[in-house]
Amino acid sequence: MNRPNPRLESAGLDGWLVRLFDEIDEANLAWLEALMAACEARLGESLIDLVPSYTTLLVCFDPLRLEGGEARRRLLAILAELRPRENDAESAPLKTLPVWYDEAVGPELVRLAEGFDGDIAAVVRAHTQAEYRVFALGFAPGFAFMGGLPASLEAPRLATPRRRVPAGSVAVAGRQTAAYPTASPGGWNLLGRTPVTLFDRQREHPSLLAVGDRVRFEAVDRETFIELGGDPTLMAEEGA
Amino acid sequence: MSELASLRVERAGPLALLQDAGRFGVRRLGVTQGGPVDLHAWAWANRLAGNPWGAAALEITLGGLTLVARRDAWLALAGADLGATLDGEPLPPWRRFRLGAGQRLAFATPQAGLRAYLAVAGGFNAEPELGSLACVVREGLGGHRGQGRALAAGDALAFRPGGPAEGPAEAPLAVRPDYRAEPRLALIPGAQIAAFRGSSLFAAFHHPWRVDARADRMGVRLTGPRLECAIDSLVSEGIGLGAVQVPPDGQPIVLLNDRQTIGGYPRLGSLTPLACARLAQCQPGQRLWLRPQGREAAQAEFVRWRREFE
Repeated sequence: MNRPNPRLESAGLDGWLVRLFDEIDEANLAWLEALMAACEARLGESLIDLVPSYTTLLVCFDPLRLEGGEARRRLLAILAELRPRENDAESAPLKTLPVWYDEAVGPELVRLAEGFDGDIAAVVRAHTQAEYRVFALGFAPGFAFMGGLPASLEAPRLATPRRRVPAGSVAVAGRQTAAYPTASPGGWNLLGRTPVTLFDRQREHPSLLAVGDRVRFEAVDRETFIELGGDPTLMAEEGA
Repeated sequence: MSELASLRVERAGPLALLQDAGRFGVRRLGVTQGGPVDLHAWAWANRLAGNPWGAAALEITLGGLTLVARRDAWLALAGADLGATLDGEPLPPWRRFRLGAGQRLAFATPQAGLRAYLAVAGGFNAEPELGSLACVVREGLGGHRGQGRALAAGDALAFRPGGPAEGPAEAPLAVRPDYRAEPRLALIPGAQIAAFRGSSLFAAFHHPWRVDARADRMGVRLTGPRLECAIDSLVSEGIGLGAVQVPPDGQPIVLLNDRQTIGGYPRLGSLTPLACARLAQCQPGQRLWLRPQGREAAQAEFVRWRREFE
């Protein structure tokens, strides 16, 4: 079983980085989520921000309310008692993202199909059959890095990143998959596009995806994609 | 809305952004902190305007902005000398002043430093997004019109008229940095510092650095001795304000308010918030030094500074 090996590293005068693990692993999530909950409960108003990532949690506190040494002692006390969240994977919310997989919006489908004797449908099957977990959010608001990508879909980033990746683009890089919440530069391999709004500041929960969520992708055709509010502007028209 | 007054933007200049203290509690969603890159000057502008900590003030980068008052207002200016004039008369920073209806406040170009902060007594008014007015253009969040928009010609900047403010009308000389002097920026060692080669650590603190032209609200690149680290890249992890990351080219990047929330380069440690503030006023080519500071001393110094604004 994946046991944490916690270390505290200085992250400036108002932060400690809790390093729980050295390797990326889905089992880290149960520990990271338990640690976040404990920090929220035990640091109270002194807590300014929590930034979870694959193996670490950055804890930012209010330097006017909490002395750094005291913050460290409290974190060590939390870590001494830390237990992983039980039934973590089963209890994590499952979210399904419809995706229009097509070369017109997923130009790297062809390259990924090389590993499947040129069969694009097989790429789509591989991407939709797997279940993913959100390991971290970052890069842009609501941008979720998801682990659990089948080895057959592993692909390096583009040698030259695109200047503009359209919002909703669903992509893979390394052993991860993601969907771009907004148009931005990006170097991931594009497979298709989701019509879902991944980040909306007006919503109570602005980001559709959160660290720990389970995610599945579901293939839809172009008509359904448009019905669901998707923007079918093609990559060629984007000038991307 | 009749109680609101406004300043009209006649000319916007290269970059003028409304900034409150920043956006907190949402970094786990990938949303950055935002807020003033020069916390010191921003805090003084608000204090001179008689505003409480956290009021939104205008961050004016490189000048070029012209504002016209539609109604009498008390304002305060702090930070860089951007060659400001009030109806053509020179207006030095670090003081409060009155702008009468119809009067014109114009910023030229930087004489020293890069960014000035303009606060209005009563505070600028706008709709917060994710709990903050902090304007982050890249994320399309915050600002005077929302959606992360910078000031544009023709905009109106709304405020609740207040003042004349109580408290000091001028900042003491001791708190006004000399932006032409070579700063010695305090760095709290941490993170992967042990993975750096000994000679690189010596060089980091004993050789001068130069501020590169690649500098913005996300980060400032420094050029100087090549720092060698045994680690090329890490699993991405949360990065705090002032984190000094060192990519494989060995040239550090200091991450500021609009940084991405997670990153994977090894780090020497973190500049203190006040060192970040000073760095944010350095023009490209400026020489500076890094000096190590203990975490406890840095916190004590910051808390002392911060209590001035309670």
